[in-house]
Amino acid sequence: MKRFAYLMSMLLIATACAGPVNTPLPTASSSPAATPTETPEATPSLTPAPTLTAPPPTPGPTLVAGGQVTLVTHDSFAASDPVIHDFETQSGQTLKVLKGGDAGAMVNQAILTKNDPLGDALYGVDNTFLSRALDAGIFVPYVSPASASVAQEFKLDPQNRVTPIDFGDVCVVYDVKAVGGSAGDQPPPTIDELTSATYKSTLVVENPATSSPGLAFMLATIIRFGESGDYTWLDYWRDLRANDVLVVSDWNDAYYNEFSGGGSGGNRPFVVSYATDPAADVYFAGGASTTPGVQKVDDGCFRQIEFAGVLAGAQNPAGAQAWVDYMASPEFQSDIPFNMFVFPVNPDARVPSLFAKYAAQATNPLTMDPQTISANRDRWIQQWTDTVIH
Amino acid sequence: MARANRLATPALAALPLAFLGVFFVYPVVSILSLGLAPGGAVDVGAALNVLSQPFVAQVAWFTLWQAVLSTVLTVALALPGAYVFARFDFPGRRFIGALAIVPFVLPTVVVAAAFLALLGPRSPFGLRLDHSIVAIIIANVFYNYAVVLRIVGGVWSQIDPRSEEAARVLGASRWRAFRTVTLPLLRPAIASAASIVFLFTFTSFGVILLLGGAQFSTLEVEIYRQTAELLNLRTAAVLSLLQMSALVVLLFVYSRYQQRNAVQQRQLSRPMVARAPRTAAERALVGANLVLMALLLGVPLLVLVERSLAIPGGYGVANFQALFATTQLSALFVPPIEAIQNSLAFAVVATLICAPLGLAAAFVIARGRGRLASGFDALLMLPLGTSAVIVGFGFLVALGNLPIDLRVSPILIPIAHAIVALPFLVRATVPVLRSVDQRLRDAAAVLGASPTRVWREIDMPIVSRAALVGAGFAFAVSLGEFGATLFIVRPDTPTMPVAIFRLLSQPGVLAFGQAMAMAALLMFVTGASVLAFDRLRADA
Repeated sequence: MKRFAYLMSMLLIATACAGPVNTPLPTASSSPAATPTETPEATPSLTPAPTLTAPPPTPGPTLVAGGQVTLVTHDSFAASDPVIHDFETQSGQTLKVLKGGDAGAMVNQAILTKNDPLGDALYGVDNTFLSRALDAGIFVPYVSPASASVAQEFKLDPQNRVTPIDFGDVCVVYDVKAVGGSAGDQPPPTIDELTSATYKSTLVVENPATSSPGLAFMLATIIRFGESGDYTWLDYWRDLRANDVLVVSDWNDAYYNEFSGGGSGGNRPFVVSYATDPAADVYFAGGASTTPGVQKVDDGCFRQIEFAGVLAGAQNPAGAQAWVDYMASPEFQSDIPFNMFVFPVNPDARVPSLFAKYAAQATNPLTMDPQTISANRDRWIQQWTDTVIH
Repeated sequence: MARANRLATPALAALPLAFLGVFFVYPVVSILSLGLAPGGAVDVGAALNVLSQPFVAQVAWFTLWQAVLSTVLTVALALPGAYVFARFDFPGRRFIGALAIVPFVLPTVVVAAAFLALLGPRSPFGLRLDHSIVAIIIANVFYNYAVVLRIVGGVWSQIDPRSEEAARVLGASRWRAFRTVTLPLLRPAIASAASIVFLFTFTSFGVILLLGGAQFSTLEVEIYRQTAELLNLRTAAVLSLLQMSALVVLLFVYSRYQQRNAVQQRQLSRPMVARAPRTAAERALVGANLVLMALLLGVPLLVLVERSLAIPGGYGVANFQALFATTQLSALFVPPIEAIQNSLAFAVVATLICAPLGLAAAFVIARGRGRLASGFDALLMLPLGTSAVIVGFGFLVALGNLPIDLRVSPILIPIAHAIVALPFLVRATVPVLRSVDQRLRDAAAVLGASPTRVWREIDMPIVSRAALVGAGFAFAVSLGEFGATLFIVRPDTPTMPVAIFRLLSQPGVLAFGQAMAMAALLMFVTGASVLAFDRLRADA
């Protein structure tokens, strides 16, 4: 340890000396890989001082034509090219997208850089990470007129620092052929039955410590069975374990390798996944099938809501507001389903018919307020690990 | 000349030092101090509290023993292969040699899919080894076999077989001739390859998560969780220091060993022409190794190809067509052509950054003696032992303070790749450089050659071949690099592994098929570029 500290300080000194040299940069930046992005510092020279008139938050910054909006988001963000193009034409802004891993990693990156944010707007924080993001103060309040018609249940922050964009239900999903087929077997009507002998060795779940749907399903069981009483959520998991539940690290592994309906030959007919899977299954069959091979168990579903917000300290706050407005508008909202396989929150969005037909929402989705999740997440994950793994 | 050396060494060292200082040490120290000393002073008590949690000891112990076991197995299985490839010629030798490196660069999501097809619920062999330690170890050997094969094989092919033949003529048994003549010359290369394999398996991440399931965890997995999921920077920093100090100990032992065992020898200026196996025993040896490689490396790769061709109701090229079609189905994703172009461009830039820095560093290490050289070597290796998420988050915390805000520049991707690739280039070059006979240099100097000319005429021809092996590795590492890329905040310029990852995060049979098709393309591009580098080396 001492040696290491010695080495580290040696290296620090080396860094200090080497700092201004910066040798490899000139050769590297003239390379082809550097071409796809715009240089961020080009913007101010093109547009005279976009941030001059930005006293937050009222009366609101003004939009300067020719500006650039930088969106910080997670890897799952996707939108059709024409939709992005429309935003750029309407607003006179160019959109630059930065991706930084999954939702949790992205939120943490935004928190670490909050004094000098990487972009202007952030999309993709969900209700399980919302509290951490709000407590860290990475957003400034903004009420988007475009989300006026959005149901109150989605607006989780009373101070309006984030705007709801979409939602999805994490449910237990089953392989129709294996469970509901002509043999007459019926899928279980509730998640309780998954602990019965009929369903021994049939379920694969994701570890809540490493997977977002895994965490969502764990939260669903906590809401459904409670922390106290005759039969708690840990009793449920104890029974699932006795019934040979399989735990894997992430959704890919669960869906593609262990789930029998995922296409590569697993042998478990139940998996924790998304309520939109039936629509995705038909969509990605490329016209080869019109009957989804998977369906959801309409019980014990947890509702994830994703939000967008204007980052505190944004270079282009007006552009960020314009982008949040656009994301909440029917135009962008109608593009959401087949790009990200979640439901738009705006009731005015036109949901594609294939999506509307196969992707039904959960009848009684379970939710929990973000503060409760934030306050208990670590403890619950530890209890879950002790019960299910050790 | 001595004086010229004294001046030349610091000048050469400055380049790689500056590079690593700015893009590795500074970011990592920044994020670690943020975790250890959030208020400005290090809270030693809190740090020790982290260490005293029981899970830390469990995780550290598991990390260590699975790495040791994997390393020993990899070296034991790959050494005979290195011999066969260095000494014998047989049909398809170059092709198989290039193919062997492909596993090393495949993203773990893809490898996990192949292994689960073989060892999972529907195993054709009736095995059920997924989510077990056996699967983890086999996957580690699968990944790292090529490291030993290429590093040791590269050196072996330049050892003059006539020395061993002379020993045989003088009456030594085959084993004794190997043990006393060849093995001492090989030891540095074996140690070099083994230390890289150990580093890789010690910091295993994807293999553990995907093949091990929920019950196994390494330090790397915990650091990822604490940083990316929980934002528990103190725990992450303490675990990172634990991981790094274990590796510093390893590197210290390694450098001691290398200094004691460096042997000067005559290097062949061209690799010894490999010959066809003559005796039955030789043919059996070659055959046995090829069978092993076919089982260990070939079968999982074939499974991937099979999966990429599997479509509902049979086989066909529909998955590949879908990748290149501009229908709405693929509009979701970046066109594969673009991902291939991005990957190749990043790999070229990474290799260009890496090659001059790596050669400079190798020269310093090979010429230098004592603490400076070994400290330098340790510094180069340290990035392999540092969690990718720590480096990625470190970039964010630190690189905003530079004159240019590099935090979101796409150049960070090839830079990160170059940092990962640097030790390969250096490790492939140093053993060769160390073994250049000093008397040759002295003779040249006495005859009036300048130090530059000595370098050009004596060192360069031998080094360039070793450097090409390293550069090929660097190129391939960059093509397949996924972990570090994932944790860099980046504009939307996905590489092939990132595109595969994205395809796999969509449900649906066709998305899976397309991911496998992209994986098959990645295999092809990697194999082709390694073959091209080998061709260059043969021509050099």
